Amino acid sequence: MTSESNVKWIGKNTIRPDGADKVTGRAAYAADATMPGMIWGKILRSPHPHARIRSIDTSKAEALPGVKAVMTSADFVEFPVDTPVPIGIQDMRWMSRNIMARDKVLFAGHPVAAVAATTEKIAEQALELIEVDYEVLPWVIDVEEAMKPDAPILHDHIRFEGKPSNIAGKLEHTLGDVEAGFAQADVVIERSFRTEPVHQGYIEPHACLVSVSDGKATVWSSSQGQFMVRGMCAHMTGLPQNDIRAIPAEIGGGFGGKTIVYLEPVALVLAMKSGRPVKMQMTREEVFRATGPTSGSVSKVKIGATKDGKIVAAEGTWWLQAGALPGAPIRGPVGCGFAPYDIPNVHTLGFDVVCNRSKVAAYRAPGSPIGAYAVECVMDEVAEALGIDPLELRLRNAAKEGTKAAYGPVFPRIGYEETVRAAMEHPHYRAPLGPNQGRGVASGYWFNAGGESSAQVNINEDGSVVVITGHPDIGGSRASTANITAELLGIDYRKVSVLIGDTSVIGFSNLTGGSRVTYASAMAVTESTREVINTLKARAAKIWGIDPEAVIWENGEARPAGENAGNFEPLTLAEIAAKANSTGGPIGAGKQLNAVGAEGGFGTHICDVEVDRELGIARVVRYTAFQDVGRAIHPAYVEGQIQGGAAQGIGWALNEEYIYDKNGKLDNASFLDYRMPVCSDLPMIEAVIIEVPNPKHPQGVRGVGEVPIVPPLAAVANAIYNALGIRFYSLPMSPPKILAALEQTERLAAE
Amino acid sequence: MPTVSMTVNGKSVSADVEPRTLLVQFLRENLGLTGTHVGCDTSQCGACVVHVDGRSTKACTMLAVQAEGKNVTTIEGLAKGDELHPMQEAFREHHGLQCGFCTPGMIMSAVELGMRNKEPTEEEVRHWLEGNICRCTGYHNIVKAIMAGARAMSA
Repeated sequence: MTSESNVKWIGKNTIRPDGADKVTGRAAYAADATMPGMIWGKILRSPHPHARIRSIDTSKAEALPGVKAVMTSADFVEFPVDTPVPIGIQDMRWMSRNIMARDKVLFAGHPVAAVAATTEKIAEQALELIEVDYEVLPWVIDVEEAMKPDAPILHDHIRFEGKPSNIAGKLEHTLGDVEAGFAQADVVIERSFRTEPVHQGYIEPHACLVSVSDGKATVWSSSQGQFMVRGMCAHMTGLPQNDIRAIPAEIGGGFGGKTIVYLEPVALVLAMKSGRPVKMQMTREEVFRATGPTSGSVSKVKIGATKDGKIVAAEGTWWLQAGALPGAPIRGPVGCGFAPYDIPNVHTLGFDVVCNRSKVAAYRAPGSPIGAYAVECVMDEVAEALGIDPLELRLRNAAKEGTKAAYGPVFPRIGYEETVRAAMEHPHYRAPLGPNQGRGVASGYWFNAGGESSAQVNINEDGSVVVITGHPDIGGSRASTANITAELLGIDYRKVSVLIGDTSVIGFSNLTGGSRVTYASAMAVTESTREVINTLKARAAKIWGIDPEAVIWENGEARPAGENAGNFEPLTLAEIAAKANSTGGPIGAGKQLNAVGAEGGFGTHICDVEVDRELGIARVVRYTAFQDVGRAIHPAYVEGQIQGGAAQGIGWALNEEYIYDKNGKLDNASFLDYRMPVCSDLPMIEAVIIEVPNPKHPQGVRGVGEVPIVPPLAAVANAIYNALGIRFYSLPMSPPKILAALEQTERLAAE
Repeated sequence: MPTVSMTVNGKSVSADVEPRTLLVQFLRENLGLTGTHVGCDTSQCGACVVHVDGRSTKACTMLAVQAEGKNVTTIEGLAKGDELHPMQEAFREHHGLQCGFCTPGMIMSAVELGMRNKEPTEEEVRHWLEGNICRCTGYHNIVKAIMAGARAMSA
């Protein structure tokens, strides 16, 4: 690790390299690309939540003037349901059927066919000419309904305990003996909870432009992974990966929702069939109906503690909606739910339940907020029952170095306790509250991820530096990469340009997701830069005619290691770069690695709400988030991640939900009716960075982006309880729900 | 097809458009000014805000033909050459953006606020921005950037 006294760029709030382009409108997002001869693709979507496709007749659409191509799932590679085809954490069996329905449509909005035409209007007209003969089937969306014995079954091949079922998977963790644990408890509290599906809500709708020439495809799109785009397009079409070049556009938000594809393979087939570049962009309504969201859930959590505040047993079961195809994020609640605590006896269980709703996509710490919501609300009740301050209860049970988590690992040095102590000592925790105000606290955990990363570091002839990595920048990673490279080389960060390479210029790099980019990419960049430094030292040695071992690199210069090495004036990076060709050729290095040791991250939040008793509106009036980030490479962007994650969590807690009509169709597919927080809904969100360096990372980095969405759901719920004396066991705690609860309380008081 | 003429970023432009063409489509597709973004179908997100005769306007709620003869400024027309507008500089300097997709609309809205109010309070900024959605930042640094940008505009 860089010694603290020399640190120049790590920890500095440098101006983001993408800033100027983004404030001037020059940044190029997916929908901004055009090509000569470009035509427009549109998708025909199912009006039914569940139906068998008897036949599709596209002949009338094909005959419409201006239509250049029409396609159905028959134009894609078919993946039989009995053979898994993993790609990252996805499976092409399910991805392919999500991209376009095969024998059945599984949700209202499910793609069934697509058209490319010379204008968007003609493409829309052509969609109306496609005749689909549906056999409408009974449907089910609610997770509890989907598990009933007489529920409509979505997939004939899914069986649970030997019977046809909508339960597609199960995950269980056991530590110790919970029954024995609960027997020791003086207080046992068990509660049931419910959450609704919520959407990632990125402001940029999905879009792409695909052109095919001489059998080679170029895909320009906005995603969280150009290599994922390439891989899925190759699977769907059978094209070899070297014939697909996936170019990452600037991404207008993802939050996990752009870790899979919807449009790219469709546009690719339309481009292959038409011989023209095809552009596709979703409307916001399509984004809501057919992409994302994360699971709705029901859950049950039970915690037992002794009188002195020691938790002796904990049990949690979560049933999560997967949507139309398997893949609910059950790992999140089952693994993360109790992870902040050192509990000897733990049992967690999760079920992956399919239903007639769009397939879930990852959403920031997938599943973990749902887990923490239930656990942290019960923790609040346990603290109340024991008469212990809720943060004190957390501190007494905090996981620390050596704690065995129920999901497997023994924690190394972690910073959870530090987040709780910081919260207890913060003025916010003792600030007076006004009328109708309440304060709540909650903690949360996320695993964080490592994985494959590639980097190339090149020294230019003038001594400036270009770094190429393979991860779309969604949280400021170009800035943090520039900080790290400048630090290691000892040069001004403005001399470092960081680019996101497309699939033909940089090696495989896994998705931007799991809070992994600054962690894993920094490792690849660090190893590359260290090799570059070795080369720079060797070149200086050559110029001086001494042994490379006798050269050190310091403050951007090569120097003789000591007097014995010889008496030479230091050579700057620029001076060595200028002589590169005469000393051995261009200087650069690329490393590829599979990063391990991404240690988890913990956060603790304090939330104050004020409830308007007449309107039922709970408003967050003060919010402070404490998080162990390992090492903040760029503190302003670390704070930005924490503030953004907390805001999304507040939206989830208070207003956001998918609402379905009686025909199984999403009833609020717009920003008008799906209520995300606007500026006047929120206070300033204070982010308190705690740095307990990750011992397994060269700069001490832990992931940052996901932890902050984990605690808010319960923090808000606990605050509302403290304001009103009413506990809510379902989300969102929207005005109608709060109003109904207040009216019921008044009625009961009057009777 | 009717012909529409207007001034965009100081230049006279004229084109034949279908009557139903939205101003935002005209700007993006006819003029290639892709800094004005489209994030929704219902005029909530504010990613498409431009100035029409100096007033911040959602370019998705106006037909191109309604802008006939008007003076339109988009995010591309805000800077003077390489010199950023004080509000653009404030967003960059105060980290008032992450993904950047909402940023052009945020800045165009904020510029009108800055013209009306030299020192907006936090509450005034938050109220003014109700028609612009950001999903990345929690608005924290956007509010700070606008308060600083408005001051810089009047300096």
